[in-house]
Amino acid sequence: MKCAELLATLNEYVDGTVDPAICEEFEKHMAGCNPCQVVVDNIRQTITLFKEGKPYDLPITFRQRLHSALRQRWRETHCRKP
Amino acid sequence: MTNQTTPEVSDTDLVARAKAGELDAFETLTNRYAQRVYSLTLRMLRQEQDAEDVTQQTFLSALENLGGFRGDASFATWLLRIATHAALKVIRKRKGLDTISLEAATEEADSYGTIPHPEYIADWRQSPEELVRKHEIQRLLDDALAKLDHKHRLVFLLRDIEGMSVKETAEALGLSEANTKVRLLRARLQLREQLTRILGDPDRRVVQTHPPTEQEH
Repeated sequence: MKCAELLATLNEYVDGTVDPAICEEFEKHMAGCNPCQVVVDNIRQTITLFKEGKPYDLPITFRQRLHSALRQRWRETHCRKP
Repeated sequence: MTNQTTPEVSDTDLVARAKAGELDAFETLTNRYAQRVYSLTLRMLRQEQDAEDVTQQTFLSALENLGGFRGDASFATWLLRIATHAALKVIRKRKGLDTISLEAATEEADSYGTIPHPEYIADWRQSPEELVRKHEIQRLLDDALAKLDHKHRLVFLLRDIEGMSVKETAEALGLSEANTKVRLLRARLQLREQLTRILGDPDRRVVQTHPPTEQEH
């Protein structure tokens, strides 16, 4: 396996969905190629960092507007007079 | 308060109650997911007013179409899919691509052959766990995301931040799975590059001494 081929199978490797035979080749390449090993570590760290990141706060005024809009739509669709 | 989020009540129960006519149950679901939907759409659209509009549309649409929700996917995934469709409409409108799908407009450029090889390679000075404890890291992450082209950012947001599968991400964005995977790889590599330039330890920088395509083991 070459560095470029490793790059093309990087997603499957870090997501744990790579074919076992390719996984073996992947790891064999990494054992002899420190730059690729570090890139794989960096990619895992990058994903972890984003996964654990914080969502944006919902503006309070918007939360109120959102609920008002929902209640109004609910009245329109559920409380129609015959 | 009637709308307080009660984690012990499952989404499935709340959906069933909302379908049966309980507005409170739907409002509890809204409280549970509004921040997540808003945050996703703000990261997709980079504009607060648009994110608010799309978030509101998402919950109104969910309210109206709740009867059609069969529970094949989780309620969260169903909501995020509605939000993504609404956000894509805004993006297309901005770009004047109302009649051309994003896939058709950009498919050609997406192949593994043109994936750029990593340039700045170094071990990071701190672990992700240490970094998330610091307040300033979120700004860094949001800035890095903002620098991505939207077609790469959207795939990364749904797959890696929201935890959708590749298949769900592809369906939400109207892309093939193959194209979704290439975009995800590009997004991950670009974010790695940006973050490593800031968080990498210069003393532990690894310099590639061979042409990237020739190294074989």
